[in-house]
Amino acid sequence: MNAQAASQDVIKEPSMLKQKAMIAANFDKLTSANETGQKIAATYVPGNLNELIMCFDMGNNLPEINAINNGMRKKSGAMITEAEKQGHSEDVCTYVKADIGNMSRGAIAPNGKPMPVPDLLLLSYTGCFTFMKWFELLRDQYGCETTMLHVPYEGDGKITQNMRDYVVKQLKEDVIPALEKVSGVKFDIDRLREYLRKSAAAEDNLVWVLESAKNKPSPIDAYFGGVYYIGPIFTAFRGTDDAVEYYKLLRTEIEARLAAGKGPITPEGELTEEKYRLVVEGPPNWTSFRDFWKMFYDEGAVVVASTYTKVGGVYDQGFRHDPDHPLESLADYCLGCYTNRNLPGRVDLIEKYMKEYQADGFLVNSIKSCNSFSAGQLLIMREIETRTGKPAAFIETDLVDPRYFSAANVKNRLESYFQMIDQKRKGGGSAAAA
Amino acid sequence: MKTFVGIDLGSTTTKAVMLDESGEVLGRGITNSRSNYETAAAVAKQEATVAARLYLFRRALGSDGSGRLDGLMGDLERNFRLEQFLEQLQDLQTTCAGFVTPERFKGAEDKAIAALEQVFERLRGETPAMFGRDAARKSDFFRDIAGSRFMQIGEEVAQKTGLPFDLLLNVYDKSIIEVENRPPDGDMAGTFQRALARVLAETPDQVVDTEGATKAMDDALAIELEETYVVGTGYGRVTLPFPKEHIRSEILCHGLGAHMMFPHTRTVLDIGGQDTKAIQVDPAGIVENFQMNDRCAAGCGRYLGYIADEMNMGLHELGPMAMKATKNVRINSTCTVFAGAELRDRLALGEKREDIVAGLHRAIILRAMSIISRSGGIASDGEFTFTGGVANNEAAVKELKKLVNENYGDVTINISPASIYTGALGASEFARRAAVN
Repeated sequence: MNAQAASQDVIKEPSMLKQKAMIAANFDKLTSANETGQKIAATYVPGNLNELIMCFDMGNNLPEINAINNGMRKKSGAMITEAEKQGHSEDVCTYVKADIGNMSRGAIAPNGKPMPVPDLLLLSYTGCFTFMKWFELLRDQYGCETTMLHVPYEGDGKITQNMRDYVVKQLKEDVIPALEKVSGVKFDIDRLREYLRKSAAAEDNLVWVLESAKNKPSPIDAYFGGVYYIGPIFTAFRGTDDAVEYYKLLRTEIEARLAAGKGPITPEGELTEEKYRLVVEGPPNWTSFRDFWKMFYDEGAVVVASTYTKVGGVYDQGFRHDPDHPLESLADYCLGCYTNRNLPGRVDLIEKYMKEYQADGFLVNSIKSCNSFSAGQLLIMREIETRTGKPAAFIETDLVDPRYFSAANVKNRLESYFQMIDQKRKGGGSAAAA
Repeated sequence: MKTFVGIDLGSTTTKAVMLDESGEVLGRGITNSRSNYETAAAVAKQEATVAARLYLFRRALGSDGSGRLDGLMGDLERNFRLEQFLEQLQDLQTTCAGFVTPERFKGAEDKAIAALEQVFERLRGETPAMFGRDAARKSDFFRDIAGSRFMQIGEEVAQKTGLPFDLLLNVYDKSIIEVENRPPDGDMAGTFQRALARVLAETPDQVVDTEGATKAMDDALAIELEETYVVGTGYGRVTLPFPKEHIRSEILCHGLGAHMMFPHTRTVLDIGGQDTKAIQVDPAGIVENFQMNDRCAAGCGRYLGYIADEMNMGLHELGPMAMKATKNVRINSTCTVFAGAELRDRLALGEKREDIVAGLHRAIILRAMSIISRSGGIASDGEFTFTGGVANNEAAVKELKKLVNENYGDVTINISPASIYTGALGASEFARRAAVN
């Protein structure tokens, strides 16, 4: 293996510890809402309006994040079975089933306390139809106030003024009034501006970190490490001082790695030899996250860019939350998320990554239970192969259903793929990744 | 001489190919994978060495290009197998005798030893006929042949001697595993010499004289086959006792192997025991893309194995039966177990066995067609090569040709008689390149 033989303990950098503390504090805040009286909004990651929610002193609970959390803690399997018992079929999105199953089991947060019933279901619809059905189920369960921000799909690959106006109009006429009603707090646009200023500051540093992968060797893994880096900005921390500090801290750490010419940190230590630079499309598998990651770092494969780290905002393409145009920039944020982009737009972005990050190959991790985003992925792969001439591969796993992670098969394909890159590089020579 | 060996550890069979320095195939070997990959690899390698010796023998004899030596070579190989079989029988008998213990036989040990002697004596007696010139064997693996004959003879002997057959069978079951998993020690030279002596004795009108043949054999055996580099591939590759750089993915090996057999290949379909893969290769045999089945092995060789069991037939009998079909019976299920249920259902409805079996073959190929299309389809600027164990099945080939033609038009379809060795061939070439380059 390439990662330095480290102790069994996972190495924790200060930024990791900081993020861990932030997440724990947020769970504590959410689970004590009944005592503190804080109102809670439930919302999804892509196109989430965290800064706006904060303007009403409300907490933000993200069901997908809970599902991911339960997936990584190996608890999602039983929850999914529970949801299936209630009649949800095998093909339903496993985030949904993990969440529904979790609710039936008392919606226990990682701190062992039950999650509060949300006061508002706030759906920003950004490309995933299942989200709508999911909230219908939650509304049925909780009977709470529900509001939906309809974000028009980027069918033509661009945001028009019309689309922006439409979203802003909904924010003014539906979303803000609903938040005011539930929270009893009057909307203050200056407060929003302040949060957005902090968002933008954090976003600058996040982009710097993600783009550090353009270096050879890359000091980060922009997929397996990347999912941690996007944690705060994609969730309940965008617009907070905590997030600003986290990204400052993270950037300092990565700057140091870069200056020292170091590779990414893996759970087993530092990757000492970068052999393959990959661009990856699709979310990671969460139930076997570490095993999955290991299949890459054991072979010296580093992900230098990924689309999954753009589902909650495509900041590296120039977008920033803008305090001078608060509602418009929220609209642009929702409209521009990776999940809201059309296929040609996704292909263009990936092609750009392949070139800018000097990738050796492109890999699709297709999600069995996600019909919205798996459709068209083979096509994306072919197109990238044609445009870049680089080898591509396709693997299939799932988000949080442990039954859909077939380690031997995935490993077999990945190994074949890495050897294929190698063979191409050497023009038919024989030595494998020696 | 330097040799380069590729070993393909499949789920059902293990294959080995041996190349010389110029890339010429010296020999190929195959064995059942057992549950012991290490032995399987050793046996397959030994089998390839046997083939290599035969090749060298023939080369030592020289050739006049008339093909007159073919008969001699065929006889020699048959007799070599016969000798080898007899050696293994002896090993099996000794091992069985070792399991005849008082705990098992409660005082009937002598009777058991005598019964075993009778069984093996009869087995030895009928062996030469099994390896006769026109004899058809259901399998080439020792376990299969010895096993089925032991069952029959053992039961008869047990009945006569009043010994419970269960006990004999138990002893056999334990012994066959040991014998099969014993790495071949091989006094190969001795076996060859004995085999040659048999050939020369059984047919006096040989094309070569005894002296010439014996000398050629001695010359062939005197050549040292140095194992310069070995590359392993296939499902069991990680269990091979090789360092990592000696292991290649079977995707790469199949791609390269198919290219070596048919240099114009651009698309490869491989249907093995538990996986089906479609591979796109460039003009140099380098893999450009691949797709394979995941999670589910329906539509692979094992599917046919399962169906053969369900129908109480031999795997090799399925293809010929399907060729007799006169009607299309559709099998819808993509699940092997459900296909079994569908099979029984169709039988109950009065459909003919051959028509159903043909439908099952079509079901396999339909799944393969889907994997081919996901890998990018059959390239129009090259040839299409079908490899793997299922490529030996004429009914599967027939369906494939039909469906390829329907979907891609007139495409050159290559199937080598040695298609089962494609992965091992690619691996051996990787070994050669690693050492030579």
